[in-house]
Amino acid sequence: MKAAFTRFVVRQPLGAAGAVVVLVLIAVALFAPILAPHGPKDAAFAPYVAPGREFPMGTDQLGRDLLSRVIWGARLSLYVGVVSVVFGITLGSVWGAVTGYLGGAADAGSQRVVDSLMALPPIILALSLMAALGQSVDNVILALVILLTPTAARTIRSVALGVAANPFIEAAQATGASQTRIIFRHLIPNCMASYIVLVTTNISYAIVVEASLSFIGAGAPPDEPSWGGMLTAGIQALETAPWMVFFPGLAISLAVFGLNLLGDSIRDLTDPRLRGGLG
Amino acid sequence: MSTYILHRLLLFIPTLFGASILIFVLMRLVPGDIAEILVYQTGSEASAVQQKQIQQIRRELGLDRPVVTQYLDWIGGAVRGDFGQSYVQRRPVIDILKERFPRSMELAALTLVIAIVWAVPLGVVSAVRQNGPLDYLARLISLSGLSLPLFFTGALILYGLVRFFRWLPPLEFVAFTENPVENLKQLIWPALAQAYYISAPITRLTRSQMLEVIRQDYVRTARAKGLAERAVIYRHALRNSLLPVVTFIGWWGGRLLGGLVIMEMIFVVPGMGSALIQAVSQRDYPAVQAMIFVMALVFLIVNLAVDLLYAWLDPRIRYA
Repeated sequence: MKAAFTRFVVRQPLGAAGAVVVLVLIAVALFAPILAPHGPKDAAFAPYVAPGREFPMGTDQLGRDLLSRVIWGARLSLYVGVVSVVFGITLGSVWGAVTGYLGGAADAGSQRVVDSLMALPPIILALSLMAALGQSVDNVILALVILLTPTAARTIRSVALGVAANPFIEAAQATGASQTRIIFRHLIPNCMASYIVLVTTNISYAIVVEASLSFIGAGAPPDEPSWGGMLTAGIQALETAPWMVFFPGLAISLAVFGLNLLGDSIRDLTDPRLRGGLG
Repeated sequence: MSTYILHRLLLFIPTLFGASILIFVLMRLVPGDIAEILVYQTGSEASAVQQKQIQQIRRELGLDRPVVTQYLDWIGGAVRGDFGQSYVQRRPVIDILKERFPRSMELAALTLVIAIVWAVPLGVVSAVRQNGPLDYLARLISLSGLSLPLFFTGALILYGLVRFFRWLPPLEFVAFTENPVENLKQLIWPALAQAYYISAPITRLTRSQMLEVIRQDYVRTARAKGLAERAVIYRHALRNSLLPVVTFIGWWGGRLLGGLVIMEMIFVVPGMGSALIQAVSQRDYPAVQAMIFVMALVFLIVNLAVDLLYAWLDPRIRYA
């Protein structure tokens, strides 16, 4: 375990740096109630107080402590990112693997559905879903699941087609294994590497989409501590309170940067051709 | 070649059809129905008058008819350029599109031009001087471009303009045909912010493609027969490495119209993106439906054009 850890740090220094950022992000999200000095929705102070001793990141237009909101924002971002990606990518992967293996009309039909879903620019698809579903954090997750499913279906389908061409699948068919057994015992376990890569690389994407939606005003309700929503409020007060733009923006950039570095190195590790490079 | 074109066209139609059904269904997922939302928006309790209003709106919008008929009506109109009436603006949706669409297209074109002019040469230089200081600088620039969310870059540029140049986004939009200078002054900043974002993956792709191509035998042959380095790079290597870059830029160009929503919002550009956000918040469904449809249509047309261009550039594709 310790040896594996050292090897990861030596081979993927950027990935290790990303992992540190991600661990900090997770810790902040988990311990938000302890770390945040005030409640994220407590409008208890003077508005537009500049960053200082009392409020390290200042206060916003309603007199809420920005530091507390940024800390709780980590929890919201990570929650939305992880839940939507796990559900969306899993659903899409099973869909892609099953239709890819069955082939024929099921496959062709499902590919057209994927095409149609991917024909809409992602932010627009999410925006229209939110318009239909109504604004709430859960609906952002639902919209993201719908956004991520077709991508995963397409990727895993092509992986599954490659796996299905292996002799061990043919052997399973020859021994009379049922299709369900072949798909879930032989096919899907062999697609796991790609599945893990999809999950790790899409969390940062989901976080950015959530923030973008909230930024547009179609994501989390305005009182929720979403980094994107905080930025919108900041832009409206750009001259009086620029800190309202800087801190949430910095938080999201750092989170995305860390997740990207970690995701990239996980991808490199699962692809032998890329092993040993420094990204 | 003609079989290939035919094949691509045959894929285009069902995809557009599927996307249109998707958009239509989405707009009907709204809890309750549009008529109720429109009437209750005013916030009072349900009354007999309102019940009557709801009935009337349903009839006006054709919501009392079967869904399939509604869809056929809508798509039939859409094909002829008739997207119905906007609930809020009380005018045909096509008029809104005619006003907003060219502005967003101009912004998108400007963005793409800036991104290509900046990103492709940067990628080439980065590859030719691999591991040199220029290469590291280029990679750093593109890595940071990948990590900064679009709305943060936009907000920072806006802050810089406001803070140091006392520049505020103009409230009135000036068309290019009216006053090109004023028009570009208005659009250059959102275009730069968006271009910075999309140039990052373009630079990285150009670099990796170039690195692959300059190790090919025919590049060595070109050098061996004594060609100038410039000719080797530009005539032989660059052309061949640009193929995937072209596809990628096309793919981005197609979805740019949607991505510009955020830039239009930050820099107060009255284009299609800001119209869409407005329509969504006002629950102006005919307008929302039409704008999303147009965006999907542009995306699919650009994709088709890129595929055909690709086949024209690379003979291996059309004969495969």
